[in-house]
Amino acid sequence: MYSQGLIGADGRTIEDEEFLARFQARIDDEQKIEPNDAMPEGYRRTLVRQIGQHAHSEIVGMLPEGNWITRAPSLRRKASLLAKVQDEGGHGLYLYSAAETLGVSREQMTEELLDGTAKYSSIFNYPTLSWADIGTIGWLVDGAAIMNQIPLCRCSYGPYARAMIRICKEESFHQRQGYEIVMTLAQGSPEQKAMAQESLNRFWQPVLMMFGPPDSESRNTDQSVKWKIKRFTNDELRQKFVDATVPQAEFLGLTIPDADLTWNEERQSYDFGPIDWDEFWRVVKGNGPMNRDRVAARRKAWDEGAWVREAALAHAAKRQAQAAE
Amino acid sequence: MSDDTRTLVPQDLMPLWEVFIRPRTGLAHSHVGSVHASDEVMAVQAARDVYTRRGEGVSIWVVPSAGITASDPDQRDENFDPSASKIYRHPSFYDIPDDVGHM
Repeated sequence: MYSQGLIGADGRTIEDEEFLARFQARIDDEQKIEPNDAMPEGYRRTLVRQIGQHAHSEIVGMLPEGNWITRAPSLRRKASLLAKVQDEGGHGLYLYSAAETLGVSREQMTEELLDGTAKYSSIFNYPTLSWADIGTIGWLVDGAAIMNQIPLCRCSYGPYARAMIRICKEESFHQRQGYEIVMTLAQGSPEQKAMAQESLNRFWQPVLMMFGPPDSESRNTDQSVKWKIKRFTNDELRQKFVDATVPQAEFLGLTIPDADLTWNEERQSYDFGPIDWDEFWRVVKGNGPMNRDRVAARRKAWDEGAWVREAALAHAAKRQAQAAE
Repeated sequence: MSDDTRTLVPQDLMPLWEVFIRPRTGLAHSHVGSVHASDEVMAVQAARDVYTRRGEGVSIWVVPSAGITASDPDQRDENFDPSASKIYRHPSFYDIPDDVGHM
């Protein structure tokens, strides 16, 4: 998710050695950095990028799930899906608010999302073709997000860490509602079970890609770990996720679509097959199945909301003028 | 609307508001984040939608972000370190015999 936020981030700094050493000492001492504190430009830039991309991911993440709100199979499912999508919107707003403390404006971030230059998690560029996908997204996509986000609650930047604490509390509901949907299908008719399996087959690899490129290709990880923006590398988190998820799939009687998946007794961890990184880079660079649709949907919402924003501002200006008389 | 007109002009900027929430009566309002809104009425509404979806509070304050004056972080040491040396401001500075009982 936001670990992908580090793709192409430039962590270089131009400050002198003494300044950087003093900053690093604060980080090593586990002191939180707050908005107006002096910080290396590279630290600020890395965070703006990561938090911004994380916020965009939450907002774009509303689209694949929103697709199924009107077609949820029961009122109970509809109410919880609606609440979940509303949460994603809320998460986006907490994160935009955290990013703004670093001096970037909301308008600037919105503009980058709408003109297609901002990145967001690659997973949301895949379509939701069946109701089972809503379950799979909650179980696996939110599960992977939680795996990424728990360590971010201890991120060295205060506003980001505080936003992540709120988000993690809420994500837990998301993962459980997803798993419950998949479980219901897996324990249902053979057709329903097949639906759950087919959805898992499509999402498994893209979900593993959410943790970002392998450590061997991720040149920005070292600096981010040193600054305690990141606490674990992409590969470490991916492994943790696989280890946590395999038993959950076994409980459901579903098969993880990976012939190379085996328990490694020595490592006390699962070995898994290669990931198609060519596909990952294709999607990140804008050529996934849904990239164009996602940005088009955001633009449409923005454009169609223009009159509301204008009216609200005009009303506020009029009230202010009246009060001044 | 064409792509050309989407560019945001300054008068479109939605003001920023800081949000404070009282979790329950008996506790003070604390800062939880910020929202953009055209005026204070919309700001309270937006703060309610964004920050209180799970019973997080019973009261909301919104304050224009521009209206907050903060101490200078570069002066943190001058401002706050002097109190660290005044240990006589703390009860543990004073030796009272145990025989006196709890005080």
